[in-house]
Amino acid sequence: MITVENLRYVYPNGNEVLRDVNLHIEDGDFVAIMGENGAGKTTLVKTFNGLLKPTDGRVLIDDVETRKTSVAALARSVGLVFQNPDHQLFCETVRDEVAYSLRNFGYPSDVIERRVRGVLETLDLMPYVDSSPFMLSGGERKRVALASVLVWNPKHIVLDEPTIGQDYQQKDRLRNFIVQLNAQQKTVVVVTHDVEFIAECRPRVVLLSGGRIMADGKAEEILTDKALTERASLLRPQISLLFSSVANLPHDVIDVFSAKAVINSAVRRRT
Amino acid sequence: MTIIDIKDLSFSYAGAARQSLRNVNLEVKKGEFVIVTGPSGCGKTTLCRCLNGLVPNFYAGELTGEVFVCGLDVRHQPTSVLSRHVGFVFQNPENQLFSLTVERDVAFGPENLGLSREETRRRVEWALKVTEIEGLRDRAPYELSGGQQQRAALASVLAMKPEVMVLDEPTSFLDPRSSREILSVVAKLNKELGITVILVEHRLDLATRHCNRIVVLDKGMVALDGPPRSVYGKQAHLIGIGVPKVTLLFHLLKQDGVEIEKIPVTVEEAEAELRGLLTN
Repeated sequence: MITVENLRYVYPNGNEVLRDVNLHIEDGDFVAIMGENGAGKTTLVKTFNGLLKPTDGRVLIDDVETRKTSVAALARSVGLVFQNPDHQLFCETVRDEVAYSLRNFGYPSDVIERRVRGVLETLDLMPYVDSSPFMLSGGERKRVALASVLVWNPKHIVLDEPTIGQDYQQKDRLRNFIVQLNAQQKTVVVVTHDVEFIAECRPRVVLLSGGRIMADGKAEEILTDKALTERASLLRPQISLLFSSVANLPHDVIDVFSAKAVINSAVRRRT
Repeated sequence: MTIIDIKDLSFSYAGAARQSLRNVNLEVKKGEFVIVTGPSGCGKTTLCRCLNGLVPNFYAGELTGEVFVCGLDVRHQPTSVLSRHVGFVFQNPENQLFSLTVERDVAFGPENLGLSREETRRRVEWALKVTEIEGLRDRAPYELSGGQQQRAALASVLAMKPEVMVLDEPTSFLDPRSSREILSVVAKLNKELGITVILVEHRLDLATRHCNRIVVLDKGMVALDGPPRSVYGKQAHLIGIGVPKVTLLFHLLKQDGVEIEKIPVTVEEAEAELRGLLTN
């Protein structure tokens, strides 16, 4: 459970980035935090694992206030995957990179070996197990960073822009993977600009703009709202643009498969 | 006129187990706007790096075949010479801006070409104007938004007056509105100034409308090459390409037996097609 109460955050240079933020995320929820560049999305998720402590208000992880505990203690329950993988990768091989945290936590080597293999297989990274992370493509490095966090099995997983550099198949995998994590009662919070990815996943969407929460609700409601999306510098999903411009089609359809079903039945009715 | 000529190009990075590019042949004419796409790890970035000589001059490895850009053989030209002809814009603008003001950053290239003070000034003014950031000249790049930073990066490359611009996923750190704006600036450079554009992109929904050609790489090889409609028509989505959602939708409808006249590649085309479908 992640609870944010009246959060305000001001950087040391006086820049106030978050104001009056209230948010409650239950275990097993899938939440997308969306909004323009500079809206405060990354700052917000950095308060979840205590990297940043609130200037005012409080953040609670499973009822423990982040100000009253350490980043090291929070790290076990909150796994944060950074936007830029190069900010968190530093080992010689993918294997060492992914095993690093488990070694730090003092796990026995057979457990480490098993877990590392498991997560690398899930993320399609086994072919690179002995490669240097820095020899990999941007998209692959991004998945190594994700693997190195998932491997210690945190209860709350925060992904900052996970779809950057990922192709369609990898995004599909990521989506299925998030569904599995949710089924295990794990919380998944995704920070993203990728409207089309969110349209396919249809999670709860929290819209952040200028450091405040502007809207909090279903993806189908928020991503089809012209005024809201414009204020947050988002574009509506292509399917939503298409459905809102053609008469007599429902306006809450945002993903390809729902759209296909609606059109198929409309065409069938005509013939 | 051919501006990029790649013949039988193969490359493997030093120490890598497999080739990043395998027998690539690609000829690009002056003024084209080419999107290069393909699954993660397919060799897109490596191909870009060949175009300004970063491969093999900076990233060492084994290169066979030929790469000519603006008539220059990239293997035998220093990056300093190639950079007058080929401008490179990276994914993350933070990686290429380093001065304390935008103006200084944009002036850096022309100054290093040894241009006169007047010519440098002229080019800086021009580049800031074309990218529409004249108002940001005295700002520090690190205090700008992602979209503004990427415009500054574009301007700093533009000031070198390159004939070819290579952009490696320039919108992936940007919000959708800034992405759309950056892509229209790039389209303007292409249309109005005739600059040849090579754009690496995964997200084809915004970029497709601006290009005349899409090259799909897969496992280091050219898998598909042609105008968007023909490439998407060959079911590019089956090899993991994120074709625009409206394109995917009509592919799937067609599979279901719905009669589709032409597979749309933009939302506008999809609207027309769908209206036809629902009113005929």
